[in-house]
Amino acid sequence: MSTPLLPIEFADLEQFAEKWCLPSETERYDQRLNSTMTDMQRFYDAIAARAEDALTYCDKFSIDDMPEDAKHLMHLLYSMIQVSFPIEVWRQPRIPDTGSASLTCVIEPSL
Amino acid sequence: MARWPKPAEGSWTQHYPELGTAPMSYEDSISPEFFELERDAIFKRAWLNVGRIEQLPRTGSYFTKEIHAAHSSIILVRDRDGSVNAFHNICRHRGNKLVWNEFPREETSGTCRQFTCKYHGWRYGLDGSLTFVQQEGEFFDLDKDNLGLARVHCEVWSGFIFVNLAAQPRQTLREFLGPMVTGLEGYPFGELTERYSYRAEVGANWKLYLDAFQEFYHAPILHGKQTPDNFSVAAQQAGFEAPHYQLDGPHRLVSTSGVVTWELDAAMRKPMEDITRSGLFGPWDVPDLGPMPAGLNPAGCEPWGLDSFQLWPNFTILIWSGGWYLTYQYWPTSHNTHIFEGNLYFTPARTPRDRVAHEMAAVTFKEYGLQDSSTLEATQLMLESRAVTTFQLNDQEILLRHLHKVAADWVGDYQRERTEAKR
Repeated sequence: MSTPLLPIEFADLEQFAEKWCLPSETERYDQRLNSTMTDMQRFYDAIAARAEDALTYCDKFSIDDMPEDAKHLMHLLYSMIQVSFPIEVWRQPRIPDTGSASLTCVIEPSL
Repeated sequence: MARWPKPAEGSWTQHYPELGTAPMSYEDSISPEFFELERDAIFKRAWLNVGRIEQLPRTGSYFTKEIHAAHSSIILVRDRDGSVNAFHNICRHRGNKLVWNEFPREETSGTCRQFTCKYHGWRYGLDGSLTFVQQEGEFFDLDKDNLGLARVHCEVWSGFIFVNLAAQPRQTLREFLGPMVTGLEGYPFGELTERYSYRAEVGANWKLYLDAFQEFYHAPILHGKQTPDNFSVAAQQAGFEAPHYQLDGPHRLVSTSGVVTWELDAAMRKPMEDITRSGLFGPWDVPDLGPMPAGLNPAGCEPWGLDSFQLWPNFTILIWSGGWYLTYQYWPTSHNTHIFEGNLYFTPARTPRDRVAHEMAAVTFKEYGLQDSSTLEATQLMLESRAVTTFQLNDQEILLRHLHKVAADWVGDYQRERTEAKR
């Protein structure tokens, strides 16, 4: 078995880590566009229920000095935000009627 | 029934009688000829914001800026004395682009001690002076002292770096900005250094995207499905009204009252807003930025939502009451294409929880931004059909009227001057 990406306290979310622990907004957005609603709903339900625990866990660390597994957890939280729009609002991965529009994140704060 | 008092003249539009109330033409957004005139009349004469001082943190820090509309590429660099220099990005030897990386058309940034041309190795100091010529003895009467990089006028206001491509700008930057914009002085822009930057290539005239963000009449409709049903129904029934519009020279301002998201009924919010304590209006935990400058919230709204300052020609500073701000830039590449740049600026996150709240605001901005830009290509296509040539604008769209009038005025002035010069 491969090394877990997430802190042991979040072993229940490990099944989503490989797919959703993505360090850049572009990767997270692309993953969203390439995922099914069923997959995203499963991920959303699982992480939204643990979000407060995850935020509390990450808050134990300084933002400039987070261990790798906590960083992965942050990336998972960012993916939670990313999929929340298809799940809570659009009922589809892409925003309706935006096929010819793009908005690429070229700089984001480091973590 | 108006929720906010209108000016005595009866409407915001009539308060500025030079705007008129007639239907508007969008010929200025579909005519290749008009765009060719805008290059010289506007983009080679106005002060253009190219970035912020934080992008040049130390001696030798530089970035390049492509200004297609003016057929220019500019180098911005921090000199040894701390000042910012701007130069045309062209080598004095045979005209090669001096600073680029892999792709000559793309912008780049970094830190260096000097600039070296990739072609024949000519070198320039951070002050633009020509410091080295390969095989100097092979040249004829070479006067290195007069072969420094071609300088571009550059001034910094509140940390924003502006350039002016005119041989001699008609106004200093401060004169150009005028009292409405300089009323923002004192806002702690320099403390909001955590930045998200977005970029898009848009299939529409640059002014059409400015239009999309300088009226909020569209918000309850275009963005209606982005909020829970009872919120969007309420928003649609209420429509949109701003309490304050203001024009100053070529610049514009719309100020709006606010919604305190966390005081709304929970059913009005998305679950993710409660989880992250953040959303479109920004993080709920507002940083203490101290007293705000006099030029903000001119209508004295309580609660206040945002002020959107549109600086002529292509730069917007949008300040949210929640202690963060956005900038937008629109860089034309042809009469029906442009590059949009959107930046979000926050105070640096103190905790991972803060950072997650910033991420929520940034991702939400993108969801809205994609919706805003999605209609632009559709609008451009149909305007170009010229099937309809005059368009109705309401009082909440006063700023659009002003933008297109200023574009026409600048192009008109330029044409007149050119005609007079020929006499």
